[in-house]
Amino acid sequence: MKTFPIGGVHPPENKLTAGCVIQQLPVPQSVAIPILQHIGTPATVIVNKGDTVKTGQVIAASKGIVSTNIHSSVSGKVNKIDTIIDTTGYKQTAVFIDVQGDEWVDTIDRSDEILTDIKLSSEEIIKRCLESGIVGLGGATFPSHVKLTVPSGKKCDVLIINGAECEPYLTSDHRIMLERGEQFLIGVTILMKALKVTRSMIGIESNKTDAIEHLTNLATAFQGITVHPLKVKYPQGAEKQLIKALINREVPSGRLPLDVNTVVHNVGTAFAVYEAVQKNKPLFERVVTITGKSLSKPGNYFVRIGTPVSKLIEAAGGLPEDTGKIVSGGPMMGKSLNNTEVPIVKGTSGIILFPESESERMQSESCIRCAKCISACALNLEPYLLMTLSEKGLFERAEKERITDCMECGSCSYICPAQRPLLDYIRLGKSTVIKMARERVVKK
Amino acid sequence: MSSTVLITIISLSLLALISAVILYFIAQKFKIFEDPRIDEVQAVLPAANCGGCGFAGCRNFAEALVKAETFEGLNCPVGGAVTMEQAAKILGKAAPVVEQTVAVLLCNGTPEFRPRTSKYDGVPDCRIAHNLYIGETDCSYGCLSLADCVRACAFDAMYMNSETGLPVIIDDKCVSCGACVKACPRHIIELRKKAKKDRKIYVACSNCDKGGPARRACKVACIACNKCYNVCEFNAITIENNLAYIDAFKCTFCRKCVTECPTNCIIELNFPPRKPKVEAQAETVAT
Repeated sequence: MKTFPIGGVHPPENKLTAGCVIQQLPVPQSVAIPILQHIGTPATVIVNKGDTVKTGQVIAASKGIVSTNIHSSVSGKVNKIDTIIDTTGYKQTAVFIDVQGDEWVDTIDRSDEILTDIKLSSEEIIKRCLESGIVGLGGATFPSHVKLTVPSGKKCDVLIINGAECEPYLTSDHRIMLERGEQFLIGVTILMKALKVTRSMIGIESNKTDAIEHLTNLATAFQGITVHPLKVKYPQGAEKQLIKALINREVPSGRLPLDVNTVVHNVGTAFAVYEAVQKNKPLFERVVTITGKSLSKPGNYFVRIGTPVSKLIEAAGGLPEDTGKIVSGGPMMGKSLNNTEVPIVKGTSGIILFPESESERMQSESCIRCAKCISACALNLEPYLLMTLSEKGLFERAEKERITDCMECGSCSYICPAQRPLLDYIRLGKSTVIKMARERVVKK
Repeated sequence: MSSTVLITIISLSLLALISAVILYFIAQKFKIFEDPRIDEVQAVLPAANCGGCGFAGCRNFAEALVKAETFEGLNCPVGGAVTMEQAAKILGKAAPVVEQTVAVLLCNGTPEFRPRTSKYDGVPDCRIAHNLYIGETDCSYGCLSLADCVRACAFDAMYMNSETGLPVIIDDKCVSCGACVKACPRHIIELRKKAKKDRKIYVACSNCDKGGPARRACKVACIACNKCYNVCEFNAITIENNLAYIDAFKCTFCRKCVTECPTNCIIELNFPPRKPKVEAQAETVAT
């Protein structure tokens, strides 16, 4: 079975919600929609306090190249434009909307009919992605229209679809592949058309046998799409690792997949692209997994962007008493939330409630030089060294040791028998080195 | 037997002589002239090697002093005026008068004023917490209470107050080397002019948010209401980025802004207790 050759760990899968059908979460009474839900420049708010908005209406317009539109996820009145703490743990501007009914913008096709015919041209698809605010829904939230635009001088010969969902607990992509398989595959075909490629490979970890089987059957009707089971190993869903596993090409340090003639998109993104292109429905809701061992009704939900996490927890049976930490995203790369009023954003693939017994940090001991972190690192780095360099402030040396290559997957911290806070320090070093590099560019 | 000893002595002496001559010429060739005044100046410096002067250590600073034409911009904050005068005496130059400064924390976010809204259980390092999220409170500008500054202080002039969760600067020990200023990832420690009797008036807040969010996060936050700016007769107060700042060089310690501030974010320290208001006295006289 295909996989990447270096490093990786295998945390307990805990896919508690793999069998839960995606349900529609009721529209909340009010939402708070942050204006920065993607990597890049924040969108500019174009509505004012007191304005009436419809579901699917643009409320913040894209600014600059790496940016995208933000749409209202509900219909109602803009209550205020204020700051809110979002899933990143920082404050940012958000548009607060009080919900009145659920009136959608007229252009959105709300029928259940599956549309196979792709009428738009390549350029029109890319334009639609920008208009509809499509971003990478795997968690990195990079604006999709930028990824679909192949710069001159570069070419793309194969599209890779990431269905690995290697993070434990999360099942949103899994459920999309099972329940919206056909729409998802049309989405893939749209992406292929936008990139002008004839071949697409879908990589799925082999713990999702039902999805592999289902999609393999469906894919026979689609030209150029093949499904490939992958070994269950974290971080199988990381871009560079997935490319290595599927087409055996290695993305060089500091380069992008396009440098090896490929582009990677996520399952959720492909589905969102289908909805945007075929149904004219902008990205204002996404599938979110709400899970946790103590939750009474964990599940997968279609959630409107901006819904407070508390509403989702309510739907899943209420906040268990022993909750120690609420994490947005997967347990390996996710981030703890400051409070439960944090809004769901485009990048929120899951909300995990950890009981206190599982969320506490263990006492960190001295490094015993076992080199487990080195074997676990999928990027051939030396985490123990990078941590020490960051701790001592030796950032120039850390830069030479390729600290910026780190994708922060957390395998090193996971595997360390001495519970060393490896990733905490590596993140500090990485951000400092990036800052230093930026200052150097400015000076020049 | 005796000849062996003799030959040994002679050959060894000859070798020694030749080596000595060679070494002498090499020493002459590669001789480096070092100003003897550098050693003299270094002797009067405090030998703290703290880097407060901007140089790597006291030796480098001594070299810079000897090389420099004037003492402009060169100052040893640890030794202060006394040390600089001694150094000036050795070098026969004039030491400029440099205002003494002291480190001041621009945050008063005690748990009482600034409630903790989340719990941080990561590495106790301000830099990491600052990189991760806004911190345990809703103020993204204030003190993180993880003591990077205290660890940076080489003079034992800082300690953490466990009740307030804020670092305390001991004025008598602080030499204003600036190590804490550099260590703080939120840049909330300032070196301010040292006044008579360690008196201080400053805005103990660094929050650049607008009034509403700032006040919600912390009861003693500066809300940029402009009241202090309007009451100040000496143009010592500026308001930028929703935050007031008092220029220590212009401030005359009249304390009008302190009473005017609605959130009590302007702090006065080491002043005698205020006299009762004059109006109240006049009233008593009248009756």
